[in-house]
Amino acid sequence: MKTSKILAWASLAVGLIYFFVPLIGTLEFSLRMRRGAYSLDAYSTVFSDIQFRSTFGFSMLMALFTIIFGMLLVVPTAYWVRLRLPQMRPVVEFITLLPLVIPAIVIVFGYLRLYNSSSFIPFTGSTQGTNVLLVLSYMTLSLPYMYRSVDTAMRAIDVRTLTEAAEILGAKWPTILFRCIFPNVMSGVLSGAFITFAIVMGEFTMAALLNRPAFGPYLQLIGANRAYEPAALAVIAFAITWLSMGLLQLVSRFSKTAPLRP
Amino acid sequence: MSTAFPSFIDRRTVVDWLGIAPFMIFALMFLIVPTLYLVMGAFFTPDGDLTLKNIADLFTPSILSAYWISIRVSIASALGGAVIGFFLAWAIVLGGLPGWIRSSLLTFSGVASNFAGVPLAFSFLATLGRTGLVTVLLRDWLGFNLYGTGFNILSFFGLTITYMFFQIPLMVLILTPALDGMKKEWREASEILGASTWQYWRMVALPILWPSLMGTTLLLFANAFGAIATAYALTGSSLNIVPILLYAQIRGDVLHNANLGYALALGMIVITGISNVLYILLRMRAERWQK
Repeated sequence: MKTSKILAWASLAVGLIYFFVPLIGTLEFSLRMRRGAYSLDAYSTVFSDIQFRSTFGFSMLMALFTIIFGMLLVVPTAYWVRLRLPQMRPVVEFITLLPLVIPAIVIVFGYLRLYNSSSFIPFTGSTQGTNVLLVLSYMTLSLPYMYRSVDTAMRAIDVRTLTEAAEILGAKWPTILFRCIFPNVMSGVLSGAFITFAIVMGEFTMAALLNRPAFGPYLQLIGANRAYEPAALAVIAFAITWLSMGLLQLVSRFSKTAPLRP
Repeated sequence: MSTAFPSFIDRRTVVDWLGIAPFMIFALMFLIVPTLYLVMGAFFTPDGDLTLKNIADLFTPSILSAYWISIRVSIASALGGAVIGFFLAWAIVLGGLPGWIRSSLLTFSGVASNFAGVPLAFSFLATLGRTGLVTVLLRDWLGFNLYGTGFNILSFFGLTITYMFFQIPLMVLILTPALDGMKKEWREASEILGASTWQYWRMVALPILWPSLMGTTLLLFANAFGAIATAYALTGSSLNIVPILLYAQIRGDVLHNANLGYALALGMIVITGISNVLYILLRMRAERWQK
């Protein structure tokens, strides 16, 4: 066996230990609630907790709104930049990458100063307003991922020809956008949606500082007060991430094998 | 209609710009203005006078130590993640491992790099905490008391190895394409010229790869620097890193000076900003060889 092959297997072993030991540890710990025997007690405690259900539902709802409004913002913008404003492409791309540069905690700090109850736009003055601000903050956080996935999908279709064809057939702008462009970039929309879902479900900073009862702050609260339930919650959270990323892989693989329409 | 407008603003241009207006308004309102507000606030007193005192106050021992711990954790986890990630990426691209290992490792990296935040802290507590699996197994099987060595998951070292859980897969994901771009001919040419493996790596491969390696390491650094949820769930407020200090400041003005809080935020933006700019510059350099 060559030295390089031994080194390759050794690196892989180190990586696998690093990845799997914490996961096995978490799983084992989550089963340890009943003294002396493995049981699913921690999971049944978690699932019967009314707060688990309400915060989980709240975060799901926020994720759904984030995906819908995020896509309504991102798809037309990406489309328009490709079609009419190619000179603005670097600027728009730069803006979409900013949320990766500015830490989330700084962004939400700005919101709290700018949109508090005594400002011009008092988002945080009411519960509904704060929920809206939370969705907007999640849209900001997921902007890099949404834009990238939609723009990649749009590269595969000829936006100009599609638009011209639709125009010749007498389609108006809404028809072109929703019946022509959206269906053609569906793979990008879906992969953006899955990664957004994974991000929003576990997000802590924004929800905690805006004081909304989301899943992330609930996790933190349980972590500070309980012993075995956090491990069970970590297993659940990992399953959610796995599920979203698995679906993402599936979608991108599916779109690659699908014939490219002109 | 067209006579109503001066010729230099024709209607088409107006419509063109209106098309991205929603996006621009969104970006201004929820990304740029909030950030600029903090940046400006860092240079004013609470009464509205221009000052540099807030910036100067960042250099007091307690705040400086917070930055210093943050920077150390970020550097340590970035370097650790970069080294292990590099070897993993190398193993799946050039190490001659079976193809299915490559695809499953990349899929898994996609998941693991997104598995951060509060649940990650729970995982490491359950594994390396006082009653965690590894701690217990080391004690029962080997008679080795991990916590007797001064190790603590709620510490600098503990936070570093926890962060590495998402740093390693991120490195693998970004570096794999760069390693894919290494041409076989380069290796063959150097072998024909009589170079050893070591000489090939030192004189051909690493000079080509170093912008990618450096750039990605900087990205990992910025990634760790801005993270708060994992650290907060892991250590509460016992480890004094900048994001946790800022969190406490937002919650309850622990610094007793709102504008000093803005300066704290500015410091974070400057550090993550510089590392990202350097990343972009290095990336452009790296792409010269990938044509």
